[in-house]
Amino acid sequence: MAAPPGPRTPTRTDQPVLQARGIRKAFPGVLALDGVGLRLFPGEVHALMGENGAGKSTLIKVLTGVHPPDEGSVSVDGSLQRFAEPLEAQHAGISTVYQEVNLCPNLSVAENLLVGREPRRLGLIHWSALYARAARLITELELDLDVRLPLSAYSLAVQQLVAIARAVDLEAKVLILDEPTSSLDRDEVAQLFSLVRRLRDRGVAILFVTHFLDQVFDLCDRVTVLRGGRLEGEYRIDELTPVTLVHRMVGSELRTLDELAETSRTASAAPVPAETPFLSARGLARSGAVQPYDLDIHRGEVIGLAGLLGSGRTEAARLLFGADHADAGGLRINGERTDLRSPRAAIARRIAFCSENRKAEGLIAELTVRENIVLALQAARGWARPLSRARQDEIAARWTEVLDIRPADPEAQVRNLSGGNQQKVLLARWLLTDPELLILDEPTRGIDIGAKTEIQKLVTRLASEGTAVVFISAEIEEVLRLSHRVGVLRDHRLVATLLNDPPLTPDRILGTIATGATS
Amino acid sequence: MTPPDDIGAGGRRPARAPGARRLTRHRLFWPATFLASLLLGNVAFTHDFFAVRVQNGHLYGSLIDILQFGAPLILVSLGMTLVIATRGIDLSVGSTVAIAGALACEHIATAKDPGSLPTVLSAITLAVGVAAAIGLLNGLLVARLYVQPIVATLVLMVAGRGVAQLITDGQIISVSSSAYKMIGGGYWLTLPFAVLLAAALVAVTSFVTRRTALGMLIESVGGNPVASRLVGVRAAGLLVMVYVVSAVCAAVAGLMISSNVSSADGNNAGLWIELDAILAVVIGGTALTGGRFSVGGTVLGALIIQTLSTTIYTLGVPPETTLVFKALVVMAVCLVQSPAFRARLSRRRRPAASAPAVGDAGVRQQEVHP
Ligand SMILES: Nc1ncnc2c1ncn2[C@@H]1O[C@H](COP(=O)(O)OP(=O)(O)OP(=O)(O)O)[C@@H](O)[C@H]1O
Ligand SMILES: [Mg+2]
Repeated sequence: MAAPPGPRTPTRTDQPVLQARGIRKAFPGVLALDGVGLRLFPGEVHALMGENGAGKSTLIKVLTGVHPPDEGSVSVDGSLQRFAEPLEAQHAGISTVYQEVNLCPNLSVAENLLVGREPRRLGLIHWSALYARAARLITELELDLDVRLPLSAYSLAVQQLVAIARAVDLEAKVLILDEPTSSLDRDEVAQLFSLVRRLRDRGVAILFVTHFLDQVFDLCDRVTVLRGGRLEGEYRIDELTPVTLVHRMVGSELRTLDELAETSRTASAAPVPAETPFLSARGLARSGAVQPYDLDIHRGEVIGLAGLLGSGRTEAARLLFGADHADAGGLRINGERTDLRSPRAAIARRIAFCSENRKAEGLIAELTVRENIVLALQAARGWARPLSRARQDEIAARWTEVLDIRPADPEAQVRNLSGGNQQKVLLARWLLTDPELLILDEPTRGIDIGAKTEIQKLVTRLASEGTAVVFISAEIEEVLRLSHRVGVLRDHRLVATLLNDPPLTPDRILGTIATGATS
Repeated sequence: MTPPDDIGAGGRRPARAPGARRLTRHRLFWPATFLASLLLGNVAFTHDFFAVRVQNGHLYGSLIDILQFGAPLILVSLGMTLVIATRGIDLSVGSTVAIAGALACEHIATAKDPGSLPTVLSAITLAVGVAAAIGLLNGLLVARLYVQPIVATLVLMVAGRGVAQLITDGQIISVSSSAYKMIGGGYWLTLPFAVLLAAALVAVTSFVTRRTALGMLIESVGGNPVASRLVGVRAAGLLVMVYVVSAVCAAVAGLMISSNVSSADGNNAGLWIELDAILAVVIGGTALTGGRFSVGGTVLGALIIQTLSTTIYTLGVPPETTLVFKALVVMAVCLVQSPAFRARLSRRRRPAASAPAVGDAGVRQQEVHP
């Protein structure tokens, strides 16, 4: 296709490659979509925006044959389509990366990339060709992976990239990406965007969901906004400013973007370091995961962990929780030597760890929101001392309100919640255990900008009340906004621990990551 | 957090399912419907199928028979439910049934006064104690040595049957003990004692799992073992517990079976009962992939299987086709319960019932002019 490079605005004669009209989709108890339409033109990057639970992922699932719509139609290149399953949509040229990565963790990266279209020879899989082709795909995305390793050897962010690489390879005319950037750092985001621009210039239509406003203004040509399951409107990006876009999404004139963006940075003053830190790690290490590191965490202190993808942030944090067992070094809690043999032991020492991988390591999908929220507390009490049902209801109701979990139905199965709301359920689970050390690994992943600010405020408030917090995020700005000190990791090594006063800049952090210099 | 209240879900109309839809969605709907239709179907062949007579102060009738002969299966399935809820499976229950019966009968047969209550009580204690040890072994293999449940319990499925044969010397041990006969063949308060015993154990299990946090923690371990570990659920203890419960349930079932016929048969007692139990659990709506379990569903599932066996006898289905007949019915039950199958059926029945209206029905799109 010989489309001119650069963003295009559709002309009236253009026909949408993908068009949805009057889509309605109800789930028991929830009307997820009500009369929603969407038009995607060739060669455009189109953002689908809305708050958590607005219906973005559901719309994508309806477009691609995961859910049949109750009403409404989907047409591809002007002809009506009823996809009975995602594979049919894929054959019609619609390639999709869903919000929850749907790959097989125990297969190799290469198999995940090419499953269903393995190169064959005499009917048998041609393994060397498979690995070669997979490696080529990976280098195109400027990734550095061993395609023969099982996918589970890599972090969630890498798995997300593999899912994208797989989708991109599918020779599609429509590419749908549901929150692809939620756990990527700047570099990967930049790589993904340049790939998306290349595809757009080839005439591919791209539908893109994100909660990062700057990414929308950076990349997208047009925007469709959903609010509470209804279509709010379709706009050209130059008709909008970040402020008006947020107004369209939340439907309120009260919140200005300034109010949202301004989270009093380190609102809690840096704590006066006590004699003994709450937790102190000396030479803590695990081979293949983290090199020996020292870290003191005081009560009331927020320590950010920054570093690139695969730098060992998560691995370092897991040792502090006993999720993995350290094979060298030691831990002291309140000055007392301890060996955290299991998460259970860490929880008994009032440590909480909210994993970045909510599907695999967080949620119990078929249990209810209430059960998921009380689970950590109940597990700590043991089965013989049940929380009364009234108590559980009260806890669930309170946290549903505090974190604004929607739908506000504690008896909903947690798997039916939208991604952002699932994340809030996990946060509630750990916050209510009233920990002394709270380890948050990508706590705002997939959370909309309103709720994100609330969560950041909550972290600040907890710290000012004396909780120690370890905060991990791919978004450096967020780490700097909240942390008193920032630990910088590079190649599985803690290279520096920087005081965030006077305020550090993202460039300073990136510089430290690049040079690995200690200060 | 103070969300403006005019947004999002607040302004959303809930989509209420009509009453009938909500009923068919209830997890016990399909098993209950199936059991009911199976029972009703029997009336066509046996007109007094639902009749219950009182004779010598005991209740008699086909329904009572189904309950009485179904009691051992209900018990085995009960234990199996908890095991399956943790993503496990217990293949050794059939052998445990045989071992328990063999131990008890051997003990009674060699005792000085086979009819006395102390003899019977010690026989029961012996059988249940040994079963608990079997469960403990299974549980430790699974929880501590991380042996796949199907492999761990396969060992005892095979070896256990051999042990039972060793205990009985390959013979059938007959006992004559009225106290022992009570367990599987006696009556109490007009009902077969076995039915009351099974009902009591079902009630205790539901009560304990649902009134304590046991049920939720079991479902958590089965639903997502990795996440459960990270929230601090003590999975090993729970796993050992469910295998012990399963073995003890099987032992009680074994006592019932041997007591009913006043003899122990190491070769045939409880043969293939593990498969019927797994089937009962699945028909009852507990998935083999673990997680949510339903004790009520399992009881219905076990009753369906027992009713089916009874029906086959009363219909006089030739013995060589009974297994095929049973398989067909079970397949039908499973298909009806499969959401994918039902969706396919209803899609065929009303093709494009909700055929889209062409035109921008209800789309409020803002035209974009270049
Ligand atoms: N399978 C389901 N069963 C019941 N309710 C569902 C199901 N899937 C989605 N929902 C509900 O539909 C609504 C829209 O969810 P959806 O996942 O589309 O939101 P979203 O816009 O993608 O949000 P997020 O930004 O958090 O990912 C939510 O209220 C959700 O709870
Ligand atoms: Mg979503």
